[in-house]
This record gives sequence, structure tokens and C-alpha cells, in this order.
Amino acid sequence: MKNGIYEIVSNRPIALDTYEMVLAGDMGFVENPGQFVNIQLEGLYLRRPISICDWDDRTMTLIYKVVGRGTRQMAAMAPGHKLDLLTGLGNGFSMEEAGEHSLVIGGGVGVPPLYGLCKRLVQQGKRVSAVLGFGKQEQVFYQKEFEELGCPVYLATEDGSMGTKGFVTDVMAQLDYDYYFACGPMPMLRAVHAMGRRGQLSFEERMGCGFGACMGCSCETLVGTKRICVDGPVMRSEEVKF
Amino acid sequence: MGRLTVKLGDWELDNPVIPASGTFGFGYEFARHYDLDQLGSISLKGTTKEARFGNPTPRIAECEAGLLNAIGLQNPGVHKVIEEELPKLRQVFHKKAIANISGFSVEDYAYTAALFDKEEDIGILEINISCPNVKHGGMAFGTDPEAAATVCRAVKEVTHKPVYMKLSPNVTDIVAIAKAVAQAGADGLVLINTLFGMRIEPRTGKPIVSTKMAGFSGPAIKPVALRMVYQVCQAVDLPVIGVGGIRDADDVLEFLSAGASAIQVGAQNLVDPWACPKIIEDLPRKMDEYGINDLQEIIGRAL
Repeated sequence: MKNGIYEIVSNRPIALDTYEMVLAGDMGFVENPGQFVNIQLEGLYLRRPISICDWDDRTMTLIYKVVGRGTRQMAAMAPGHKLDLLTGLGNGFSMEEAGEHSLVIGGGVGVPPLYGLCKRLVQQGKRVSAVLGFGKQEQVFYQKEFEELGCPVYLATEDGSMGTKGFVTDVMAQLDYDYYFACGPMPMLRAVHAMGRRGQLSFEERMGCGFGACMGCSCETLVGTKRICVDGPVMRSEEVKF
Repeated sequence: MGRLTVKLGDWELDNPVIPASGTFGFGYEFARHYDLDQLGSISLKGTTKEARFGNPTPRIAECEAGLLNAIGLQNPGVHKVIEEELPKLRQVFHKKAIANISGFSVEDYAYTAALFDKEEDIGILEINISCPNVKHGGMAFGTDPEAAATVCRAVKEVTHKPVYMKLSPNVTDIVAIAKAVAQAGADGLVLINTLFGMRIEPRTGKPIVSTKMAGFSGPAIKPVALRMVYQVCQAVDLPVIGVGGIRDADDVLEFLSAGASAIQVGAQNLVDPWACPKIIEDLPRKMDEYGINDLQEIIGRAL
């Protein structure tokens, strides 16, 4: 964990209630895709945890959905604004375990960390396909960015307004794969896990601190109690207990 | 003795800053972020006789200048704490720590206290009779003077270590509880635990935290904590550790002025993991600015 000040380079809407923010600053903290930062906001006591979508030597990209006071405040921020961040939080995905053909499976605001993961898996020459699920067409984002990575991209929307009508699991059932990386709402993770293949799942929970001190985000697993913020947010399918 | 030195009974602390129980785990994980020996002491995660998972999530909610928590005393149980957690702390912290003990019966408290009594690295026992987040025990012992005194006597019987009772602010008359445990032999007091609070999601009408009601802490509760420290210090002649909403050196000076001999930093650790060393670094600067030579001279100056 590190603490640093980051400057907003850009901040723009990319889908319904969904924004992409690029921040510049020291990026030495990053270990794995799937880690998150905890952002201090004015007038709010607790920091807001947001997963890292992608990064390079100098910048990181965050994608967030406006759901409350914190994210509403973020959406109104202009380039040049500076933010106080706790960085290097969470374990992130373990890329070594990718299979012969891995799926990255994202649902809604669970999609962002899978972009940085997918990009790096492709760079490592791994065979990977992206399965992205959204509620409806207006909520879809980063489809083009995933396609530009050069991997197959499958889209599902619940109302059928774009891609396959239904859920990510409807797409998964048509694909041949031996490993997966998933991030999304709890019902999606449960359904993905129930399909039985091995993989890694990234969880979300209301957090107090984001670095393991408060035990606010504990969950029970098959290998004992874990804190989603430090022992996760990524857990292996073999240890997850739904 | 340095100018930051304070005393809790016979125990001399290098400075009055102690991370509060429940905001610092068993301490050792913070050693990656700074040298723990800078701290006055550490109050360890609340420990019970048996292991506890705690409450279902969500356990946390944002509030104005604070947060609600309903962790529910998650801990591995006293045996594992002594066998596994204390040795890890010992490697990175070379002062005495404070054991924080909770229970669901008087016997529970005594059982856990008797085990911590044998641990050389434990300076005092902090008896939590004020946890609002468990159904039985916890706060029930802290809201009735006689029940509070009974727990205090039972713990005193099994330990030679100083016993500090951590009191609940969720009472009509905190002084009555403080007097009751003082008579029962308490060696000191820790004031205050969280205020019992609530938040409801306006869109759905559902409480945000799984237990519906939960413990409220953070800067918003500081005036209440300060008032209670002040009231109790006027009425009872015991060392008091002040806790509630402290986030900077000025807050520390306020609590010492109200009569506290040391202080604990709680919620602030969760939003700024370096809060405690920052406060310790700032204290001498603030003391210079206000013309304070050493901290001992200002304890209780507002009384």
C-alpha cells in the first residue's frame, strides 16, 4: 500500500452513468491487474474503492458508475484536479494460471479490471476470449477496446438490445474453454462458478479501510475467513463458498 | 522522560497515542507501513473466548464525518490470538500492548482475561462492555452499573494486570457506570466506544448495514466523547484513555485537557493508515506553538 496524489488527465462519460477517468502519477505500486485504489473525496469520510482498468508507466485508467455521492462528485471533476489515493490494494488476478483458452468474463462495472488483464494475457501470447455482459445497449462500454486487443469478444445484454439476449453464462455455454477470470455482480459470479470450470473470481463488498484493518468486508471461504480487500478481491474457484 | 511521555498508573508510555481496538487488527500488518515502536501502545482487536466470524456483510456504512460499523467481534478466539497473533506482533513491536476482551457472560470475560494475564507483552486488559454489535453480552454489560461492576470484579479476580473498563456512551449517566466499576476495583477507564446509530438507503427504505443498527464513530462523535471524558474525570479518580473521533494533534490536546491520560485513534486509521505516526510527529510542533512544555502538565487542565 502506498499513498499518493494523482492528477486527472481526462474524465468522460463512456456509457449510461459510466465514466472513464485517467489519472497521472507514480505507478510503481502496480503488481497485478485486478488491484484497486481507494480515493479520498471532499466531504466524505470513507474513501471510495475503485478497480484499476488499465495502466502504463505514468497513468492509470479507472472506470466507475455513478451510484452515490462519491461517484457523483467524481463525475463532476475536471482535468487538472488532484486526488489523494491509497494504491497497491488487493491481490489482483494471477495470470500464470491462465489455461489453453481462457475466458475473461465481466458484468457491468465488473468489466474494467478485466480489460487490463485481457490486454496483458494477449501480450503474453495467451489464447483468451472476452465475454462481456450488460443490462442494455446504453450501458455497454469498451467493446471496441477489447476488440482492438485482437481477441474474440462476445457480448450479452439482458434485454437483447445488443449481442446475445441473456447473461454471460448463456454465451459461456456455447464456448470451449478451460479457465476463466470473472468480475461482476454476485448473481453473475455465482452463476459463472456454478458452471464448474476452474478460474478466478473478483468480489466486491462495502469496505471500511480497503487494507485489512477493519474487517468490514470479511467473507467465509472453504479455506477460512478472508478479507476481500487484502486476501482478495480475487479468489480461486476452488476456495469460494457461495 | 520525554516531553510526550504520559503515564497510565505505573506504566510509562513514550507518547499518548494508541491505535484503538478494531481499527488496527493485531498490529503486525501495519509494520509494513511504519515502525510500530513509534506508538505509545496498541489496543488489539477485540478478543473473545471462542472464534467468531462476526456479522453478515454489509458491515459498513458512510455517515457525515464518520462511519457505521457492525463487524460483530470477528476474531480467531483467545487461544489462537495468544498462540498465533501475539508472536507475530512481538517480532515487530517491542512495547507492551493492550488486550481488548469481550464476552457473552461474566465467565467468558474471566476466562479470556485469565489467559491474557499470563502474557508478558500485555500491559493492561481493556474490558469491552460496550460493543453494540452483538446480540447478547457486549453492550448489555455496559449499560447497567451493577452488571458492569460484576464483570469488573470477575476479571480483577483472575489477573494482576491493570484492568481498564471500556464504557459505552449509550447510557443516560456515564458517571454512574464509571463510579460503579471504580468501586469494583477498576484500575482505569477507556471512554468511549461507538454510539449506537443507523442509516437507511433512501431509495429502498432498507437499513444499509446487515444488523440494521450499528456503531457510529469518526470525527462526528468527538464532542460527545470529550464531554464524557470530562464528566467522568470530574467524578472519578482513575486514569482515563480518551477515544472518539481523534484525527490530529489538536484533538489529542483537547482530550488530555479534559482529563485523559492517553488517547486512542480509531476511525482515522481506516482512512489514513499513517494517522498515528503523523499525530505523534505533529504533537511537539503544536506544543511549541501553544507553549506547552510537556504533556503531563496539561492533563485535566480544563477540569
